[in-house]
Amino acid sequence: MTNLTHLTLAEALKGLENKDFTSVEITQAHLDAMESMRHLNAYVIETPEIALAQAKASDDRRAKGNAGPLDGAPISVKDVFCTKEVQTTASSHILEGFIPKYESTVTQNIFNDGVVMLGKTNMDEFAMGASTTTSYFGNTINPWKNKSDPGKDLVPGGSSGGSAASVAARMALGSLGSDTNGSIRQPSSFCGITGIKPTYGRCSRWGIVAFASSLDQAGVFGRTVEDCALLLKSVCGHDPKDSTSAKIDVPDWPKLLSSNQGVKGLRIGIPKEFRVDGMPDEIEKIWQQGIDWLKDEGAEIVDISLPHSTYSVPAYYIIAPAEASSNLARYDGVRYGLREDGEDLIETYEKTRAAGFGDEVKRRIMIGTYVLSAGYYDAYYIKAQKIRRLIVEDFQKAFEKCDALLAPTSPSVAFPIGEKLDDPVKMYLEDVFTSPASLAGLPGMSVPAGLNADGLPLGLQIIGRQWDEEMVLRVGAAVEKAANFSAIPEMVDTKLAA
Amino acid sequence: MAQLVKGETGDWEIVIGMEVHAQVTANSKLFSGASAEFGAAPNSQVSMVDAAMPGMLPVLNEHCVYQAVRTGLGLNSKINHTSVFERKNYFYPDLPQGYQISQYLHPIVGEGKIEIDLPDGTTKEIGITRLHLEQDAGKSLHDQHPTKSFVDLNRSGCALMEIVSEPDIRGPDEAAAYLSKLRMILRYLGTCDGNMEEGSMRADVNISVRKPGGELGTRAEIKNVNSVKAVQQAIDYEVERQIDILESGGTVVQETRLWDPNKNETRSMRSKEEAHDYRYFPDPDLLPLVLEQDYIDKVANDLPELPDQKKHRFMEEFGLSLYDASVIIAESMRADYYEDVTKGRDPKIAANWVINELLGLLNKNDKDIAETPISASQLGGLIDLIADNTISGKIAKDVFAEMFKTSKDAAAIVEEKGLKQVTDTGEIESVIDKVLADNPDNVAAYKGGKDKLFGFFVGQVMKETGGKANPAMVNEILKKKLS
Repeated sequence: MTNLTHLTLAEALKGLENKDFTSVEITQAHLDAMESMRHLNAYVIETPEIALAQAKASDDRRAKGNAGPLDGAPISVKDVFCTKEVQTTASSHILEGFIPKYESTVTQNIFNDGVVMLGKTNMDEFAMGASTTTSYFGNTINPWKNKSDPGKDLVPGGSSGGSAASVAARMALGSLGSDTNGSIRQPSSFCGITGIKPTYGRCSRWGIVAFASSLDQAGVFGRTVEDCALLLKSVCGHDPKDSTSAKIDVPDWPKLLSSNQGVKGLRIGIPKEFRVDGMPDEIEKIWQQGIDWLKDEGAEIVDISLPHSTYSVPAYYIIAPAEASSNLARYDGVRYGLREDGEDLIETYEKTRAAGFGDEVKRRIMIGTYVLSAGYYDAYYIKAQKIRRLIVEDFQKAFEKCDALLAPTSPSVAFPIGEKLDDPVKMYLEDVFTSPASLAGLPGMSVPAGLNADGLPLGLQIIGRQWDEEMVLRVGAAVEKAANFSAIPEMVDTKLAA
Repeated sequence: MAQLVKGETGDWEIVIGMEVHAQVTANSKLFSGASAEFGAAPNSQVSMVDAAMPGMLPVLNEHCVYQAVRTGLGLNSKINHTSVFERKNYFYPDLPQGYQISQYLHPIVGEGKIEIDLPDGTTKEIGITRLHLEQDAGKSLHDQHPTKSFVDLNRSGCALMEIVSEPDIRGPDEAAAYLSKLRMILRYLGTCDGNMEEGSMRADVNISVRKPGGELGTRAEIKNVNSVKAVQQAIDYEVERQIDILESGGTVVQETRLWDPNKNETRSMRSKEEAHDYRYFPDPDLLPLVLEQDYIDKVANDLPELPDQKKHRFMEEFGLSLYDASVIIAESMRADYYEDVTKGRDPKIAANWVINELLGLLNKNDKDIAETPISASQLGGLIDLIADNTISGKIAKDVFAEMFKTSKDAAAIVEEKGLKQVTDTGEIESVIDKVLADNPDNVAAYKGGKDKLFGFFVGQVMKETGGKANPAMVNEILKKKLS
């Protein structure tokens, strides 16, 4: 019973089904873990009352024989999703105290399937960041430590750092996150877990606090590919309330995955442009390791080119801030959230937004406002859109030659909190491998592949064709199997032993 | 008929282009399901989308698209197969999103034209530049509290069509005629109720002056002109202001000015330094709007006969004058009424009754055609009674007045009041004999050459019969008897 938090989601569901334990029990085990791991600051708010009430209701459903596919499984939810009657802030001071009267489509979907919500997880403010150090509610600490420097707290990655940390530190069986430019994949890599961002349009954005509407996409974290498939199936689906959500059927990914097809005969593309200057050896090495694994499993390795992908980070840092500058205009202190009264209307706007937004958010609002301004629009915004189109075409050409791409998730491992904060561009370069798939709207997944010499997790990224999450999961499962990643953060392991 | 204005330095030509905002007739808003009804309690028709709550997304109301396409076709305009919603960014408390969703580079409707009817009986074509769909803002209320402003979001997100004209309008009369015709077309189509008092149709007027045929002058945009009369007054004021500036050696500043209907003047609203940079860009929450030709054809098939088509048809089919036709087609209900009246009857007589009698009396009683107490078939019945000599035209007017009061059929009133025309030759003859016998002097005078006395005898006969004698028969018999 002490091991309930160490189960995978699939194992937990089986245990619940077999009545080995109740949802209340596994939920309580996670609430206890949350308490002991509270110093990691993975959660912005914990919702134990809701969790236990949902768990109780789940046990009742199961007793009556009408349990849903994820019934009774406790998971965490990134604070970017509006949750009815539960404070939703996107980790911003400007939304502190905001309690939505509505439930986001994606969270409603998992609740419909019986999920128990443990709490809302910390994130970079408005999902702007790659380190979860821009949250108004403090940094989230990665449960992993650098063996050479164990006293230093490391970032969990971002922006969904709280979600990734909660899953890695066994404070949740899985988590809902969102990925605008790598915000699920990179923290998955940093925290040694699995995370997938589906194709843009696969799931509804309705009720997700918007950052960059043309890129924002909900996704999921788990400790295995199978767990991701289970959660992904639950969150995806067309929503008439989101005009950009696609009218396309959701495949039964868990079932497809269980047929265990392997990668024999598949063509795996290796994008040569991803071999960037100054890439650390350990990243280069794990990538080669991944290539060898897939080759050994019978996949054909194909060199491909994404010639415009080198421009994806600059293009992203024009398009996303442009959209953000407009999306965040609604936080004006008039209707909800923070208001700092001024002498007049303009001063109220200025004081509210000055106090309510952090530096990174302000930086991006200013960049976005600038690139949309008369006289600069063509040179920045229009040009960035053209690059985006070229990147889409690059992928289309590449996928004529291969079935999925394999690449590193991030150019680095988890770094100490505070690093890169002095240089925004350094931080932006964290996105170099995740950005192309985001701009092209393609599904991408990070799977833990090993530890570096300092004992920190390294992830590999699989990118698939539009709507082909099935292929991504299939290749991801092959990497997972070959990597056989079983490491657990020491602090979690110690707990378990005690 | 371009109206030139005399200045100190010679004639000036007025150049006007108009931007009309017309609220789309629809049950719900452009991007949300909230009601778009006018006059509800403040903030009672506001969805989470209209209030711009976090994570809310716009979903395009298909009916508003239908209405815009219908209007575009009614304005003889090109419908664009692809149009794009963009965000117009600015801060204001009655704009919750911090941006207005509008169309900018790619509007739903492109170039077209309409015909306007001028007071001198001529017509003129005015070009339409474009029509696009956009969200209305909410309403700020500054008079509810000594130190605070209140915001009513009921109107926030309602669908507007912005209809932009070419600078083809040459004076206040043409501007008034343009606005009236536009409103007429929208009402015919049922795409906007055209109610300027309630603000469901608002005009911005771009005005400049130039020497006839010369280079275009710098224009001022006048906002808040909320009636046809205000448009004319604002133009008169603004033209005089601009000519004064130019003739005293100054230059007109390109700016936005507000019409003050109380002071009858325009005044500067926004200086150049405060000019907005709206940072338009395509709204990433909405896909480009693609309209198939099949859809456009279907909307075209649903179109009613439009005012100008009707006008030309009435002139050709019924031989009406441009003036009569214009009056009758001003409202589609009025035109339908006329067509019902004229069915199987003389179209010009029918037009006279509708225009001179019915509309006159309705006007006097402050009613419109929808409230007429006399139905079209009842008016037709009255005209029939004249045609078959049951009553005279003169009696008919009394009957008409009675019908207006009581909504009774003409025949019933004639019967009730015994107004039936006397067409019995013998009866008329006996009255005439009596009149001639009573007035021997006048008979002698008539026979002596005083032809004018004929009218006297007719009058006497009518008096004796209470106006019921058939006038033609009276004339005929009298002539015979007096010869």
